[in-house]
Amino acid sequence: MAGGIGTLAIVRIFAILIIFVFGWPLVASTAVQEFTLDNGLKILFIEDHKIPLATFQIWYRVGSIDEPAGKSGMSHLLEHMMFKGTPHYGSKVFSNLIQRKGGMDNAHTSKDYTMYHQTLPSDAVRVSIELEADRMKGLSLDSKELESERSVVMEERRMRYEDDPQNLLYEELMATSLKVQAYRKPVIGWMSEIAAISRHDLADYYGTYYSPDNSFIIVSGDVKPSELMPLIKKEFGKIPPAGNKLKRVKTVEPAQKGEKIVYLEKESAELPYILMAHHVPSFPDKDSFALEVLSTVLSQGKSSRLYRSLVYEKRIALETSADYDGLSRDPFLFIIGATVAPGKEMKDVERALLAEIEKIAKEPPTAAELQKAKNQVEASFIFARDSSYSEALYTGMFEVVGNWRLKDTYITGIRSVNPEDVRDVARRYLTKENRTTGCLLPQKTANAYE
Amino acid sequence: MNKRMSAVVIATFLFGVVFFGTSTANALEIKREKLPSGLTVLYVERHELPIVMATMLVKASPLQEDPLKSGIAYITAKMLNEGTTGRKAADISQEIEFIGGSLETSTNNDFTTISLSVLKKDVEKGFDLFSDVVLHPSFPADELARKKELVKGTLKQREEDPSFVAGRRFIREVFGEHPYGRLVEGSVESIDVIEKADIVNFYDTFYRPENSIIAVVGDISHDELAGLLDRYFSFWKAKREQKDAENIRLQKPPELKQSRIEVIDKDVAQANIFFGGLGISRDDPDYYSVSVMNYVFGGGGFASRLMKVIRDEMGLTYSINSFFSANKYQGRFEVEVQTKNESAGRVIDEMLKQIRLIKAEPITDQELQDAKDYLIGSFPRRLETSRMIADFLVTVQYYNLGDDYIDRYRDYINKVTKEDVLRVARKYLNNDNYILVVVGNKNKLNL
Repeated sequence: MAGGIGTLAIVRIFAILIIFVFGWPLVASTAVQEFTLDNGLKILFIEDHKIPLATFQIWYRVGSIDEPAGKSGMSHLLEHMMFKGTPHYGSKVFSNLIQRKGGMDNAHTSKDYTMYHQTLPSDAVRVSIELEADRMKGLSLDSKELESERSVVMEERRMRYEDDPQNLLYEELMATSLKVQAYRKPVIGWMSEIAAISRHDLADYYGTYYSPDNSFIIVSGDVKPSELMPLIKKEFGKIPPAGNKLKRVKTVEPAQKGEKIVYLEKESAELPYILMAHHVPSFPDKDSFALEVLSTVLSQGKSSRLYRSLVYEKRIALETSADYDGLSRDPFLFIIGATVAPGKEMKDVERALLAEIEKIAKEPPTAAELQKAKNQVEASFIFARDSSYSEALYTGMFEVVGNWRLKDTYITGIRSVNPEDVRDVARRYLTKENRTTGCLLPQKTANAYE
Repeated sequence: MNKRMSAVVIATFLFGVVFFGTSTANALEIKREKLPSGLTVLYVERHELPIVMATMLVKASPLQEDPLKSGIAYITAKMLNEGTTGRKAADISQEIEFIGGSLETSTNNDFTTISLSVLKKDVEKGFDLFSDVVLHPSFPADELARKKELVKGTLKQREEDPSFVAGRRFIREVFGEHPYGRLVEGSVESIDVIEKADIVNFYDTFYRPENSIIAVVGDISHDELAGLLDRYFSFWKAKREQKDAENIRLQKPPELKQSRIEVIDKDVAQANIFFGGLGISRDDPDYYSVSVMNYVFGGGGFASRLMKVIRDEMGLTYSINSFFSANKYQGRFEVEVQTKNESAGRVIDEMLKQIRLIKAEPITDQELQDAKDYLIGSFPRRLETSRMIADFLVTVQYYNLGDDYIDRYRDYINKVTKEDVLRVARKYLNNDNYILVVVGNKNKLNL
């Protein structure tokens, strides 16, 4: 029974492979209809009438990147509190109403945004509209509920980080490679800071960021704008905008000058694990397209370069990865990694990863490799269109970084990448002085680096 | 290929049209045919997107394994795309990935599936690869050595996950020597002794057309599909007589005479708790009553009692849920929950209290209605994408749920009464004889 199990997930930014949007115009160009209310709320409709299902998503442009010092995890804790009642409805009433319609609801918080969503029979979308408007208008933030939810989030942190050595290494890697920029903080927050967030902090944060001019709605599936817009206008139209209360702190990470290395020793780790992070620009920087293709050439599938070399030929790794999260509001990281196979050495795995970097920085990928990467990106986008949720998600991710129309820029950009572009971004960004290496060492082999 | 043969096969491939669910807007027009080879074909045409999804289900799983070689069903499936009589492993991954498609295998307690996802324009290539890996795998020795290393390595890496360690112990305690008591992947020891000859033997015995079901869903016409099946699957012949196929006698799960508590000491922040015992099989008449009961008890997310009390009110966990694995044979009932070591005792006490409650008194009218509304109302979401439909079709066929299953599901659920729920709660939620597995830090656990 699916339902709301595992609800309120933090987006695990790392290791979730989101293949960016692009494809043939015929297939890729989702027809989006855009509306904007007077208070600044933007509404995007994607009609698809193949089955009587719909997805309703509301995106707030607030994530861990916006959190003040000492309050990491506030976006995520607030996301949890959004399910804990308003002046009109008690805790979890929203979820229960959605489930009665046969729908499911959930939300996730990322470094850049917080998104709430419901997928349900299309005739029930009105429930989403009414209740999302209700929790944008006001939140209970009841003290007792806050204490119980804080302890839920602490359990979530224990489960996802404290007891997951590979995720814990990722957290160390962020905090080491980024010294000032906000992405250095974990989305879920540091334990002591989760403990320190007050009701007042949350109310203030909610008052600023949960406003119509800091959010947008996407409705996809079996829906008609002409039928739903009057209700959306009625429910959301009178909510006052935040206006100049909205503040954005922009911190620029200084250029890294020299490799950084961080070790994590963990008794519960079974196998060594390595990650290498490199500072890179985000979309729509002109290099972002070649970086996306580079990550695909390196790590997408068993015919990719890293898998072939480390897992298949050398048999020194169990799995490999190369993740580029280009749809970030600020510049982020290109992260290459591998889990060391039993009985094999971390240093051999590191050497093999570096050899692959060196190889592609020296010689462009073949035309066939490039075409394969483009085909992979395109196909996964088309496959994703089969679900109203992922269709809306792909559109929203572009809106977060600027405007959903940037999807077309992206499509054009990926298509125009040539082999030399891929080599050049590898050469310029995957350098030693731009790199932070993280090593997870099972405690029994913890002296390996001495 | 012989042209006349070809024509004959196409002529017999006239689908008997079966409507699964005709009364709602969600009706799927499902066509079905049995090919002369014995392969059952299910097909749904959908032209909204230029994609084609196919799922092949083969009745090959731990149920057919020699227990000393557990993991053989899993490894056999994983080896299908690691080399065929005509292609090397690297050719297969290169060819399918070049077209942006995927060809994956998966094995569970009851069966194996091979899944193809391709764009319509690549469907010919997709079927070529699909049939090659299913019909002509060569199980090269060097690839097998690699695969065994990878599976063993992954099992070792998963030891990092306390929930994996607890879950593995739990099924072992519940099922004993019955195949459901083992990991589908086998163990490091059992994988070590699997030889190429074992795999060839397993494949020859169980990978056969009459032991398989294929579902194809997407942007493909009847004639196109008939042609593809003709070119790629019509000459599939089993290598061996069927009588060899069901030669393993299943061990019975042990009878539980008293509760058993197993604590595994690990340096972790949270206790990972598994609680439960034997449950029901998929063909148990209680299946639908159990579905409703479990939704109310612990399977219904925030609508369930366990989540309401232990997460939402007490704040003791991020997630707690209960689950019945309704398999071909009697499956398990389990509750899985994580909480900081110090509160493990409180969580277990509260869970037992909730079991006593749901066995003592009927659920409320509202709870009954909510559960039914969700179970019936969520059904269309289970059939949203072509991938979901293909996987659903082979499963419905495997468990013999009937051609009218989509239509009948609503009735099955609507018929359930509060008395049924009380009866199945008393029958399956056992708070006297249970298995409890806790992986946690022994010094901090407060059981």
